[in-house]
Amino acid sequence: MNRTVLDLWVGSFVIAGIGALLFLALKVGSMTTVNATDSYEVVADFQNIGGLKPRAPVKSAGVVVGRVADIRFDNQKYEAVVTLRLDKRYAFPKDTSASIMTSGLLGEQYVGLEAGGDSMNLKNGDRILITQDAVVLENLIGQFLYGKAQEGKAQEGAPK
Amino acid sequence: MLRQAIERLGNRTIQGVWRIGYASRFFVAMLLHSGTAFRRFGLTIREMYFSGVLSLIIILVSGLFVGMVLGLQGYETLQRYGSESALGTLVALSLVRELGPVLAGLLFASRAGSAITAEIGLMKATEQLSAMEMMAVDPIARVVAPRFWAGVISMPLLAALFSAMGIFGGYLVGVRLIGVDEGSFWSQMQGAVDFEQDILNGVIKSAVFGVAVTTIALFEGYDAPPTAEGVSRATTRTVVTSSLAVLALDFILTAFMFRGLN
Repeated sequence: MNRTVLDLWVGSFVIAGIGALLFLALKVGSMTTVNATDSYEVVADFQNIGGLKPRAPVKSAGVVVGRVADIRFDNQKYEAVVTLRLDKRYAFPKDTSASIMTSGLLGEQYVGLEAGGDSMNLKNGDRILITQDAVVLENLIGQFLYGKAQEGKAQEGAPK
Repeated sequence: MLRQAIERLGNRTIQGVWRIGYASRFFVAMLLHSGTAFRRFGLTIREMYFSGVLSLIIILVSGLFVGMVLGLQGYETLQRYGSESALGTLVALSLVRELGPVLAGLLFASRAGSAITAEIGLMKATEQLSAMEMMAVDPIARVVAPRFWAGVISMPLLAALFSAMGIFGGYLVGVRLIGVDEGSFWSQMQGAVDFEQDILNGVIKSAVFGVAVTTIALFEGYDAPPTAEGVSRATTRTVVTSSLAVLALDFILTAFMFRGLN
């Protein structure tokens, strides 16, 4: 076996392999993870986060503007403390409200941001004051059933 | 009868422990002598040709077909829930996380591992290794270490090619043949596949499989009885042991890597 021909084959094998890795990294995976340098973190307290998980997207007007960095439990206030890592390119007013929403009927949960009207913008380490909890399906069904039962009682009482 | 059975069991156990000890010593000797594999990189490149380049065809064709089957089966199941747009996610995640490294590892074990065992076993049977020792050439440095590093370098590349080919196959069947929307196929895939969490872990997995498969293949060849039967048995054992090792290691690595995901 000629050495140069062999080198050529191995070289093209290595290049093809690295090409495949690059294809996986760029085309298949998302390299656009927000890293620490071009992002800032804000905190939001929720009474109930439902099924929110770390790395869930943070969206405003449907556009992904950041990710959930961390979820902790505050043992003083008995609330969930959610840290949001937002892209530096997007600034939000101080009175922005955060709510936990679900994409689709059974989709994943994400944090939705709705901008307020304050002239000051949120800075690194700030706290979002207006929050809306996740809708828990069981509570919703409970309320619905309770409402139905009340309705039934009202109808029962009516013919008398 | 019973006594014989117990004796045989004990004998087997002692033999097994003996082999594990010998294999560990072999592994350490191989690592210590791998300087030659990098100083004379031509040797490693030669072995990369045999275990990497010559495995390409089976890896690429299998990857393509596995991806195509994933595309078909995934579509069949997903369209029942009206979420066929998640086909790209399904194909990419199952390939990058599991099927790529594992199937490439199994194919590598049967294609390259068996060849390594047979070659080294035959070298031993024809006393080429002893002849090298007589000429003061260390066979572990000259023969074993280059094959080890060639396998360790080739395996992640082969697994990446397998995954890429599989995703292409899934794209071919899902988008071109069945008509899943191309935009949602790629964008949902990109949204779900994470570089560190999925792709890098897949690469780590395949590198570990490369270490395991080549070590087993080299050791079985080096330890084979120097007869025709011994070499053939060692080759069979290589394929069986390294396939089992790949599957067992995959479980352990997956348990480690994806435990903290949720």
